[in-house]
Amino acid sequence: MGWIFEQNRPIYTQLVEQLQMRIICGRYKPGDKLKSVREMAAEAAVNPNTMQKAFAELERTGLIYTQRTAGRFVTEDEDLIRQYRQRIALEKIEEFMKAMSEMGYTREEVMVLMERDREKSRAADQEKDRTADARFDEAARIDEKEAAPQEAQKGEMDL
Amino acid sequence: MTPILECRDLTKMYGKNTRPALNHVNLKLNRGRIIGLLGPNGSGKTTLIKLANGLLAPTSGGIWIDEKPVGVETHRIVSYLPERTYLNMGMTVNEAIRYFRDFYTDFQEERAYEMLKNLHIDPSARLKSLSKGTKEKVQLILVMSRNAQLYVLDEPIGGVDPAARDYILNTIITNYNENATVLISTHLIADVETILDEVVFLRYGEVVLHASVDAIREENGKSVDALFREVFRC
Repeated sequence: MGWIFEQNRPIYTQLVEQLQMRIICGRYKPGDKLKSVREMAAEAAVNPNTMQKAFAELERTGLIYTQRTAGRFVTEDEDLIRQYRQRIALEKIEEFMKAMSEMGYTREEVMVLMERDREKSRAADQEKDRTADARFDEAARIDEKEAAPQEAQKGEMDL
Repeated sequence: MTPILECRDLTKMYGKNTRPALNHVNLKLNRGRIIGLLGPNGSGKTTLIKLANGLLAPTSGGIWIDEKPVGVETHRIVSYLPERTYLNMGMTVNEAIRYFRDFYTDFQEERAYEMLKNLHIDPSARLKSLSKGTKEKVQLILVMSRNAQLYVLDEPIGGVDPAARDYILNTIITNYNENATVLISTHLIADVETILDEVVFLRYGEVVLHASVDAIREENGKSVDALFREVFRC
């Protein structure tokens, strides 16, 4: 996935979020060396000073670190990455809950809806299995038919 | 650090009883920035750029580059892409490069050839045989191949296709030296917005806003492009 920025929020904030996300989801792995500010800025098509600032923020939080001459690296502290992952998951849940409460749902009603959604997706999975089976059966039937194809062709040619 | 460009009470009038093209402008541009010079037609962008390059003289007030009044010494550290070409169209691209090399000691020939290659431009072609967009690319390559302290680009991406636009913006990000400032005048705000540190809005020859892109987004909850459309709604 490339770098996509929303129009209505500071680019700096979005850079920090996207860099964090890349570390959390393992696109940048623990101990990986990061590209230079310039290269990253060019890749994301953003201002190098803004990229620099975003790196500084990630350094402050410990997700990346600088080795004086060798460059910047992703932290090797996997616990820290896990902590961030969970923190962001909780933030996303909070956002979602806020949207739900704006629609007038209580937390309990949301949980009921989530449960229903889980059943639905379970049913959908089963349905997928069933159709896969059905397709398999269909394919088997076609195979059987093909055992006698000449007859059908002959009939057409008579017309 | 001292500003790379400073205007103090800068006024420019083209005739005695006309509205000033620039009206008591006070402006400081810092080093190491990419700055958008934005404003509707006739707001004074090109006038400011021409004053910075000594092509016009101020009516009153002054303009300084690297703390020196605009003149021979400042031309040496300013790389300028004019709105219209001054190159002889009978020249080949190779000849234009030689011309720049002879004229500017900070010209990096290899850099120019590298960019020509990346944009698939034949250096033996005559300028007049090139399309409008390709001519613009060649001129921008020449200007960006100098090791200047201030790049002044008057509408650098107006005529080129989106892919070349990306390449050019990329070139600007990767090529300018860390302490150099790039001043870009453009109408295509959305295209350049993410690469800018800050923007200067001009209206009727006055600076109505000088702020960082992120500060604008933060304060207004909208992009610079959206703010521009709002401020300058016709």
